[in-house]
Amino acid sequence: MAKRSFLIPGVDKRLLIKDSLKTMPDLTRRRFIAGGASLGALTLLTGCDVVDSSSADALLAKISKFNDAVQAYIFNPDALAPTFPESAITKPFPFNAYYELDDAPEVDGEAWKLEVRGLVDNKKSWTLPELTKLPQFTQITRHICVEGWSAIGSWTGTPLRDFLKLIGADTRAKYVWFQCADKDGYNSPLDMRTALHPQTQMTFKFGNEILPRAYGFPMKIRVPTKLGFKNPKYVVSMEVTNDYKGGYWEDQGYNSFSGS
Amino acid sequence: MSSLTVTDDQVGTTRAKVIQPIWVRLMHWTNAVAMILMIMSGWQIYNASPLFDFRFSHDVTLGGWLGGALLWHFAAMWLLMVNGLAYLITGFATGRFARKLLPITPAGVIHDVKAALTFKLSHDDLSVYNYVQRTLYAGIILVGVLIVLSGLSMWKPVQLHWLVMLFGDYPTARYVHFFCMAAICAFLVVHVLLALLVPKSLRAMIIGR
Repeated sequence: MAKRSFLIPGVDKRLLIKDSLKTMPDLTRRRFIAGGASLGALTLLTGCDVVDSSSADALLAKISKFNDAVQAYIFNPDALAPTFPESAITKPFPFNAYYELDDAPEVDGEAWKLEVRGLVDNKKSWTLPELTKLPQFTQITRHICVEGWSAIGSWTGTPLRDFLKLIGADTRAKYVWFQCADKDGYNSPLDMRTALHPQTQMTFKFGNEILPRAYGFPMKIRVPTKLGFKNPKYVVSMEVTNDYKGGYWEDQGYNSFSGS
Repeated sequence: MSSLTVTDDQVGTTRAKVIQPIWVRLMHWTNAVAMILMIMSGWQIYNASPLFDFRFSHDVTLGGWLGGALLWHFAAMWLLMVNGLAYLITGFATGRFARKLLPITPAGVIHDVKAALTFKLSHDDLSVYNYVQRTLYAGIILVGVLIVLSGLSMWKPVQLHWLVMLFGDYPTARYVHFFCMAAICAFLVVHVLLALLVPKSLRAMIIGR
């Protein structure tokens, strides 16, 4: 079952695994611009005194920040991601991570608690039964991966904005920062306006069944207005904060806003 | 971009008539830089999740890995969009497009394609484009518009959902984006080959005359 659900339709499995390994964190990753820096230096940086890969890196990082701002500007908090009929659901829905399914976190739902930190009135931790008692809604939306592929899934859970209200979160804060059970401590910040988007969901079910381990049991944050890597799985804590705390992929160069 | 303007001092002499005005040359070379950056980083992005049964060699891609390529792609995107928009506006406003690219008649195209294939196409007057050139240049402008629109709809499929609808859906926009890239690459091969075969056209695009 593991191997089957790992497949993305139309994608060679061997290449996919090779790709996953390629995207494993290593030292060379930090120098991601270096590969094409000479060309970039010659073109984008003519006129600069220092023509090397670090100045290209710095310039690209600056433009990425600018792109963050542009995306935040055009983000419409009322614009809904398209929803689809059940017949449009992608089967099988791909498992996707920078590791194989066998290495995905195995969370004990009984012992699991969602920790709540930061700018909230009620910092109590939540058990899975407590959370799943909250009103839930189903939405069928398209998951778009930063790699370009996409898949349509059916997600059921509680709107994050309802939960944030419930715990008395300061919704004027800039971010909700999620930490996950992955062995590398996957984390990702979500800007508050996106956290309050009506379709942003604390997800407990996929296709009307308890969220499988492949898709983030016991809780995934489903954000149809963001790229896939901004949809954290195996969430163990959320923090309402004004500080930009970075993220697993964001720190390696993926644009932080990454809205869709 | 200062290197692109080193020949400015030659503008203003009146010995030969200007074939390519300064704005065309500036925008042409800016576009060349932007396009090459977009294509090379685009190939690296493609490699992350290929649409077809092949990948681009690492030697011709830009960015080192997906994240780096995305940074390049979304940086060069501004260069391409701003320059492209300025080119379209100036091209229409000055009447250059109408003057240089029209009319395009099927008979004219057939005649000039035949002439080109038998190496009988005249290049004596560079200021007048033959029908093959008109077709290719008008076509590549359309492809340029299409690749930007399909790219925007992939970049913001929720915020620009109306744009995605023009292409049908998100995956279709992705294919359109790919085939536009392929068309631009094919154009580039022909374009560069012809520029090398008729060096004075390259000279005109550098110094204007």
